[in-house]
Amino acid sequence: MKKMSPLLSVQRLKVYFPIRGGFWHRAIDHTRATDDVSFEIMEGETYGLVGESGCGKTTTGRAIIGLHKATSGKILFDGIDLAKLRGKERRRRTKDIQMVFQDPYASLNGRKKVLDIVAEPLRNFERMSPQEEKRAVQTLLERVGLDADAAYRYPHQFSGGQRQRIGIARALTLNPKLIIADEPVSALDVSVQAQVLNFMQDIQKEFNLAYLFISHDLGVVQHICDRIGIMYRGRLVEEGLAEEVYSNPQHLYTKRLISAIPEMEPAQRLAKRRVRQSVQEQYEGAYDQFFDKDGKLFDLKKISKTHSVAVP
Amino acid sequence: MGKALLEIENLQTSFRIKGTDYAAVDDVSLCIHEDEVLAIVGESGCGKSALALSIIGLHEPRVTDLRGAIRFEGENLLELSRKKLNEIRGKEIGMVFQDPMTALNPLLTIGSQIEEPMKYHMDLSRIARKERALDLLRRVGIRDEALVHARYPHELSGGMRQRVVIAIALACNPRLLIADEPTTALDVTIQAQIMELLKTLQSEMQSGILLITHDLGVVAETADRVAVMYAGQIVELAEVDDIFARPLHPYTRSLFQSNPAKMPRKGRLHVIQGRVPNLENLKREGCRFADRVPWVPKTEHARSPVLQEVKRGHFVRCTCYKNFHFNTGRSGEKDVATS
Repeated sequence: MKKMSPLLSVQRLKVYFPIRGGFWHRAIDHTRATDDVSFEIMEGETYGLVGESGCGKTTTGRAIIGLHKATSGKILFDGIDLAKLRGKERRRRTKDIQMVFQDPYASLNGRKKVLDIVAEPLRNFERMSPQEEKRAVQTLLERVGLDADAAYRYPHQFSGGQRQRIGIARALTLNPKLIIADEPVSALDVSVQAQVLNFMQDIQKEFNLAYLFISHDLGVVQHICDRIGIMYRGRLVEEGLAEEVYSNPQHLYTKRLISAIPEMEPAQRLAKRRVRQSVQEQYEGAYDQFFDKDGKLFDLKKISKTHSVAVP
Repeated sequence: MGKALLEIENLQTSFRIKGTDYAAVDDVSLCIHEDEVLAIVGESGCGKSALALSIIGLHEPRVTDLRGAIRFEGENLLELSRKKLNEIRGKEIGMVFQDPMTALNPLLTIGSQIEEPMKYHMDLSRIARKERALDLLRRVGIRDEALVHARYPHELSGGMRQRVVIAIALACNPRLLIADEPTTALDVTIQAQIMELLKTLQSEMQSGILLITHDLGVVAETADRVAVMYAGQIVELAEVDDIFARPLHPYTRSLFQSNPAKMPRKGRLHVIQGRVPNLENLKREGCRFADRVPWVPKTEHARSPVLQEVKRGHFVRCTCYKNFHFNTGRSGEKDVATS
């Protein structure tokens, strides 16, 4: 929150996918994957987008970087609306946004050497001699804690954590301002997860990066994020500073998510189970009150300067 | 705690790689009682799944060498004929696999997959089988069981599929349930429900559960006893309250230390240096974890540490744990790829 104007401002973003059927294979309805979502990310900030699978968090991330077309709404990045841009112009603008994917086993091309994987963004955007390119890649690999000669190996020669760092090195090549990390540690063991999380925090300081951290793991999100948005059925139901949302959740859906986090104290497990049951009962009882008369979730309303909830 | 259901004695499971045998499970002795959840924890590659698959004999026999004994209600599973073994697994021992997306056959309906083990192990008519399948679906918490019975796996969500996989494992009233990472592929809310479900079913059926996981939260919530595995060996074994309150082995302590839920926000998480050695590069003598805590002086490690009882019911395979401390310097961030 060093600068007043946000780095990324998503305004009333909608991403609908057509459901086709009937005669002529026409669109008969839409899946509202992201339905009217607005949030902002400041420079150097980590914003967590949390929710269960199918809530639209990944679609939102992919729409920002341009992997899905926004149906309507604005994606202001550095003041320019990315949703309006097309083709070359958009590609030039989105250079400053990079993505780290969930599965380090699937997101790296197994037939390419690490050098070619990491250099690909450079080849797309910059003119470099092979020597310069090699030097740039090796510096990056060293920055992410790998040997310089890792450049000549193939992805299968690395462990999961190392692969994820190769993915991060690739995302860093063009000095981005925003990295969209879609479940970057979900596929990793705890100890490797710790390694990648530490490392993401280090480079954040070094390059003044902003992260859009998409995850369903509330433990990890709580650890790394400054602000959190809770997504449910394509909409945000709660947003606020990480400590606010955890210590004082307002929406029942948020409460339910938080109560589901496993209890690390074996002695407390019965108490936790009781809490979970009572939250679940409340959740089921109040389910209808989440929606307005059109069956749509309510808009976010501010309850404090930084904390907002979707309530009538 | 009930009587012993499964006793594993000095089990050694070796895989042949390029003509040499390497032990993935090395001298493991364990006991699972009736009405008990025993959790096996460790990073990937430490041998926990190899142990589970040894119990139900799902390893490729041509490249696997099994030694020791696995006694299930007194019978050594390793000495049984294939036919005898088939009478036990699927009936007395049920298995829940990690990934519900791949554990089910996409071409068969849910109903026929639940009824399949009953065909082999139970003397029931077609109608009775269907009734039982519907009852199982209800018991694993599926509300419209008749509908789901006729569905195919792709029509169900991940949580529903995992419930179906559990229903299949329970089809013949097993005495022992082996659950290999049953919640890893699921959302937190579904995870909580599935763990709850396993606990309830267990108390109804008085069976034992062998729970394999790398998620310490799941262990804290469901296990009665915990065995921590590293490089094919059990390095610590204790009651769940004991191990969470006072973990002793450096490896167990490192695992706890790297969990973000236990650390202050934005703080640095503990990183275990290096990585789990792969089978071919594993040093067999001396403390296997020594390489990952290089700041501990060599003299602290015993030549070949044995699993010893340090307190009633609390076993540790380590000699350096008494003076063990974490290295606070920044390290372990750099490591080299090995092929």
